[in-house]
Amino acid sequence: MKILVAIKRVVDYNIKVHIKPDGSNVETDGVKMSVNPFDENAIEEALKLKEKGIASEVVVVSLGSAANQDVLRHGLAMGADRAVLIESDEELQPLAVAKLLKALVDREQPGLIMLGKQAVDDDAGQTGQMLAALLNYPQATYVSAITINGNEVVATREVDGGTETIGLNLPAVITADLRLNHPRFVKLPNLMMARKKPIETIKAAEFGVDTKPRLQLLKVAEPPARKAGIKVGSVQELLTKLREHEGIQL
Amino acid sequence: MKTLILAEHNGTTLHASAYQAVTAAQSWNTPIDILVTGSNVSAIAQQAALIDGVARVIQIDAEHLAHQLAEDVSQIIANIANEYSVVLAAHSSFSRNILARAAALLDVAMISDVLEIQDSNTYVRAVYAGNIYTTVQSTDRIQLLTVHSSNFGAASAHTQSAEINTVVAPAVQHQTRWLSETRTSSDRPALSTAKIVISGGRSLGSAETFEQVLAPLAARLGAALGATRAAVDAGYAPNDIQVGQTGVTVAPDLYIAVGVSGAVQHTYGMKDSKVVVAINQDPDAPIFQVADYGLVADLFEVIPELTAAI
Ligand SMILES: Cc1cc2nc3c(=O)[nH]c(=O)nc-3n(C[C@H](O)[C@H](O)[C@H](O)COP(=O)(O)OP(=O)(O)OC[C@H]3O[C@@H](n4cnc5c(N)ncnc54)[C@H](O)[C@@H]3O)c2cc1C
Ligand SMILES: Nc1ncnc2c1ncn2[C@@H]1O[C@H](COP(=O)(O)O)[C@@H](O)[C@H]1O
Repeated sequence: MKILVAIKRVVDYNIKVHIKPDGSNVETDGVKMSVNPFDENAIEEALKLKEKGIASEVVVVSLGSAANQDVLRHGLAMGADRAVLIESDEELQPLAVAKLLKALVDREQPGLIMLGKQAVDDDAGQTGQMLAALLNYPQATYVSAITINGNEVVATREVDGGTETIGLNLPAVITADLRLNHPRFVKLPNLMMARKKPIETIKAAEFGVDTKPRLQLLKVAEPPARKAGIKVGSVQELLTKLREHEGIQL
Repeated sequence: MKTLILAEHNGTTLHASAYQAVTAAQSWNTPIDILVTGSNVSAIAQQAALIDGVARVIQIDAEHLAHQLAEDVSQIIANIANEYSVVLAAHSSFSRNILARAAALLDVAMISDVLEIQDSNTYVRAVYAGNIYTTVQSTDRIQLLTVHSSNFGAASAHTQSAEINTVVAPAVQHQTRWLSETRTSSDRPALSTAKIVISGGRSLGSAETFEQVLAPLAARLGAALGATRAAVDAGYAPNDIQVGQTGVTVAPDLYIAVGVSGAVQHTYGMKDSKVVVAINQDPDAPIFQVADYGLVADLFEVIPELTAAI
């Protein structure tokens, strides 16, 4: 079975983002970029399935500009067999990403498609579900454990209030939660080796799908700041403030 | 045109967020229908029919809908959505799972976790774990979105019931089987609707101390317990009480962060709380930047003291 893993290049989650001086968008020039954290979990799980002999090939794919080669190399260095860049300099929103991924799935015919549960830049959390819909495949989102039994994948999902376990016919779409696994560290020699591996590049336009953005960005702004708080010196002082200033009955 | 709300429920009662979704839906000034899907959901449909502002309830009841699998419910929405110019739900793992799938079936964008509805197609939403607010406009024929419930007041219930239409469910999608679930049962109030939330971090040290230190205070205050991802990952607390970017968003009257560093991924889920108290022994912990009242102290000393003083 072949596993396709979609990995997004995003501002590293440890970096505090800022708005560009012209106010047009978030500054990403000269900012450290990384594989979206959840997508690393997806790669890790695919590699584990390969190590167990369940998967035969792990293909990583990223959509975006030529700069996305760095995250694909990271995927290769983790152990992926192949990398595909679907190149576009236009903004690709989740529906467009899902359509392009569907086109790639039609070509590659993977048995399992793994994505992150959400991208930490747009915080949309949509692409996996959209892809599953377009393919008419079953989906399991926010997955924290999977096992494959023959033609079925059993997935445990993290939902509000607990967890839910479902069985899906393969091929299926899975979106990874952080608790699925602990992604392996990339060793330097592996990174050097990954530099030599080829990355297949396909222009997004070649797929002939509608990728126009559906949402227009009108404005970016800092969120309203919370009013500055104060430090209190003791439990008693805290209680007095809460009771008398905030009117909270304790 | 009309607005359709996908209602969340637990099989017995409507989720409180349905009332907030109705308030959000009123922004369009068009008739509001609520969709209730599931198995044996007539009591829930009746509850939905009593929400002030609801024109009609669409009840789709079938045994195979008992677990509301995304394949089934998204298909239902896609089948009826063409009568609507807006499809929305309160933001949650339930609605995000289903609505994004429905959006692709309808070939429209989805706008996740909307903080503010500015006009009929313009919204404010957060990106980068709440560090940036964006204003976006959708030109799609159907506006499909989830709303950040705590930003919308709850519509009230009244005694006059809206019409309930029962619609036959489409055939079951055979590709997914529901197998089992675990629900964390607790005598405490539900995290997402509690008036007071106490959250603990990694510093609590173990599952036992997490309970021992925080439970008595929660009991005194009638509070729900929350946790950071670090605490959940370490096994000190169950996953469904994780507060933050990838967990639950809460906006209680009082939020008490105990031994929580205040990473943006955590504060995303709590910074709309009315009053925030932070207890941390590190005076420079980022949590103090979002706290109204900060107490620099060892939690193992002050939490018992606080519990005793209430
Ligand atoms: C993609 C992604 C998504 C994430 N999503 C979430 C999310 O949804 N929610 C979330 O919470 N995190 C999330 N995280 C993790 C987040 O970045 C932080 O790592 C996490 O919130 C830290 O948890 P913590 O505050 O318990 O632990 P730490 O950062 O280790 O902080 C412990 C704090 O306890 C204090 N302390 C220690 N001992 C005591 C004592 N005796 N008394 C008082 N104070 C004490 C310390 O001073 C410190 O500030 C996410 C991370 C990633 C990468
Ligand atoms: N440009 C992209 N390239 C590769 N994968 C993507 C891209 N955009 C989204 N994804 C995948 O879809 C997941 C969810 O993204 P989103 O719906 O934007 O939150 C991510 O975790 C990735 O796995």
